[in-house]
Amino acid sequence: MRAVDAIMESLKAEGVDVVFGIPGGANLPTYDALYDAGIRHVLCRHEQGAGHAAEGFAKATGRVGVALATSGPGATNLVTAIADAVMDSVPTVFLTGQVRTDLMGTDGFQEADITGITLPIVKHSFQVADPREIPERLHEAFHIARSGRPGPVLVDIPQDLSRADINYEPSDAIALPGYRPTTDGNVKQIRLAAKALANARRPVIYAGGGVINAEGSEELRELCASDRFPVTCTLMGLGAFPAPHDQWLGMLGMHGTRAANYAMDEADLICCIGARFDDRITGKLSEFAPRAKFIHIDIDPAEISKNVPAHIPIVGDAKLIVSKLTREYRALETDSSRLDGWWERIQAWRERHPLGYTDSEDSEIKPQYMVEAMFEATDGQAIITSDVGQHQMWAAQYYHFCRPRQWINSGGLGTMGFGLPSALGAQIGCPDQTVVCLAGDGSLQMNSQELATCVAEKIPVKIFLMNNGFLGMVRQWQELFWDKRYSQVDMGTLPDWVKLAEAYGATGMRATEKGTLVEQMREALATDGPVVLDVQVTKEENCYPMIPAGAAARDMVG
Amino acid sequence: MGEPGTSEVMNLEDLEAASGFRTGRRHILSIVVENKPGVLARIAGLFARRGFNIESLAVGPTDDPAISRVTLTVDGGLHPIDQVTKQLHKLINVIKIRDLEPEDTVARELALFKVSVDDQARDQVMQFAEIFRGTVVDVSRRSMTIEITGTDEKIAAFEKMVRPLGLIELVRTGEIAVARGRSAT
Repeated sequence: MRAVDAIMESLKAEGVDVVFGIPGGANLPTYDALYDAGIRHVLCRHEQGAGHAAEGFAKATGRVGVALATSGPGATNLVTAIADAVMDSVPTVFLTGQVRTDLMGTDGFQEADITGITLPIVKHSFQVADPREIPERLHEAFHIARSGRPGPVLVDIPQDLSRADINYEPSDAIALPGYRPTTDGNVKQIRLAAKALANARRPVIYAGGGVINAEGSEELRELCASDRFPVTCTLMGLGAFPAPHDQWLGMLGMHGTRAANYAMDEADLICCIGARFDDRITGKLSEFAPRAKFIHIDIDPAEISKNVPAHIPIVGDAKLIVSKLTREYRALETDSSRLDGWWERIQAWRERHPLGYTDSEDSEIKPQYMVEAMFEATDGQAIITSDVGQHQMWAAQYYHFCRPRQWINSGGLGTMGFGLPSALGAQIGCPDQTVVCLAGDGSLQMNSQELATCVAEKIPVKIFLMNNGFLGMVRQWQELFWDKRYSQVDMGTLPDWVKLAEAYGATGMRATEKGTLVEQMREALATDGPVVLDVQVTKEENCYPMIPAGAAARDMVG
Repeated sequence: MGEPGTSEVMNLEDLEAASGFRTGRRHILSIVVENKPGVLARIAGLFARRGFNIESLAVGPTDDPAISRVTLTVDGGLHPIDQVTKQLHKLINVIKIRDLEPEDTVARELALFKVSVDDQARDQVMQFAEIFRGTVVDVSRRSMTIEITGTDEKIAAFEKMVRPLGLIELVRTGEIAVARGRSAT
């Protein structure tokens, strides 16, 4: 059969039933095979959109997301999505067409060295040199993408090779002698960690996206239920622990709660599970959690002691390790009254510094209120995707995520324009759920073309646009740290979002009054098909509390 | 009864942080990789983007055609070696890494010295070459090329001797190394 038909068979063997992409010259053969392969293809309007849609699909379902693009500009348009996927460990496979082998290296039409360009931002990549190896490479690509610490894998296939005839035989042989992720976790280390927890008087559990990737949320809950451990999550970990909970401190880090950040600051033991001590978490590294010892559980050994030296490193799968840790901890039968003093202290922080904002006295919609209204209108159950900026932080603070994979955003790379395409991917992965994209007006313009995809493919995402007419987070930093010199952050009132939505064949709505906002959101949610609800919020509102960049957690402001 | 290595009653104060530190010495990393296109680019790219500096690098085939060996030296005073090796291990094509202990390692490098000579200096250079067990591999009326094999220190010492005479150029292969004794590197 043709190699491209073998690609389709391989994709199906990997359980792929939907792919996102755009055809072009170099992947014409692939699209010919796709024509009647029985795999759904979602025609995006920009390859970046296709890439983020594949990420959204992967983050919402835990399955590998697949995006297709042609050579040259098609492939380079995927670059942001690939970088995003590597930063947030999203299992994804990117299939790019390449110019014919006889043109490679000659600066042929639409030629770009995409394997070279993406070398620093992939988990791995393959450039096919022999058509007979295509099924095997694809199979390895999926294995690498989803196992260990998940990530993006690129497979670049020259056009002429994809048309060659090969013998396809299904196979599940993996020939990767250098790739054997550790999953089990060292038993002695786990036992040591249990003892350390038993001896800690001021412990904090600090969980990240690794818990969600490992499907370990249930195990995390069990561990926390084994004693009264205070729990905080990173931006990527939100939903791994249910937000409305006695032991929940809220998110930590730059825009985290004071309770979470102060607890980290005073902790004597921090148990990090599937997180990586990113600079948005630690603030000034030399003053981060100065009294604490660290247990660090991670599937990626390179994360351990990268930024913060670990005292008890445990490499492996968070789900397996946390469940063993819970068992070991329970066997120690510790007296949880030792945590009384710690909880009193935390309780005092919670009472003194709850998250809050000054609501408007008139009908003006405060952005924080908008998120609260979303929570109310969706009963806190929707899958929320977001772009990057103030609205993202407010969503993290005020939409209390109760389950894993409910919160889909771009954390590591901080990619504006992520929200809408990832929402459409999430909606395809979870057709029975409500998917809301909380967008910023700066971000939404970066991939607004995907509204066409939503309409054409009947993907009923609801876009709640937090419209303040500014690149809000940059404006906030200019206000606070650059003497309010607003340099190039005013986006004005363009475009008219209601008209834009209608131009694409979607429903456009506008909200300007606090009193009717929840009702309008409910109306939008009840409307068939994609909806853009343009919510006009306070123009110059700041996101607080915050740790100024390079400052220590205890020096939070606002 | 506690497990060996697991203290029975533990005081958090007794826990010591692992790794992440700088060793302060030069490390020779012997890296076994799959012989596949782009492997060297992946290794070089990793060093570049993580800000690690490669002091020397040698790549060659092994007795198995599917496997190549990369030998590189890194300054453990500048970089946390633990982080360097862990990041290298993340590359799918890297099969094995060995951080060779200096006392248990035989390391050699080959260097070619092209030295400017007149009749007088020629004898002197030949004498130096003999002392260093070097070989004269090329000679012309106004130059000589000497091949020296040995450790980094030996090559540096020879350089010190011939540089004042007029060193035209110096080409080095980068160090290669094997572990001492019966076991494979």
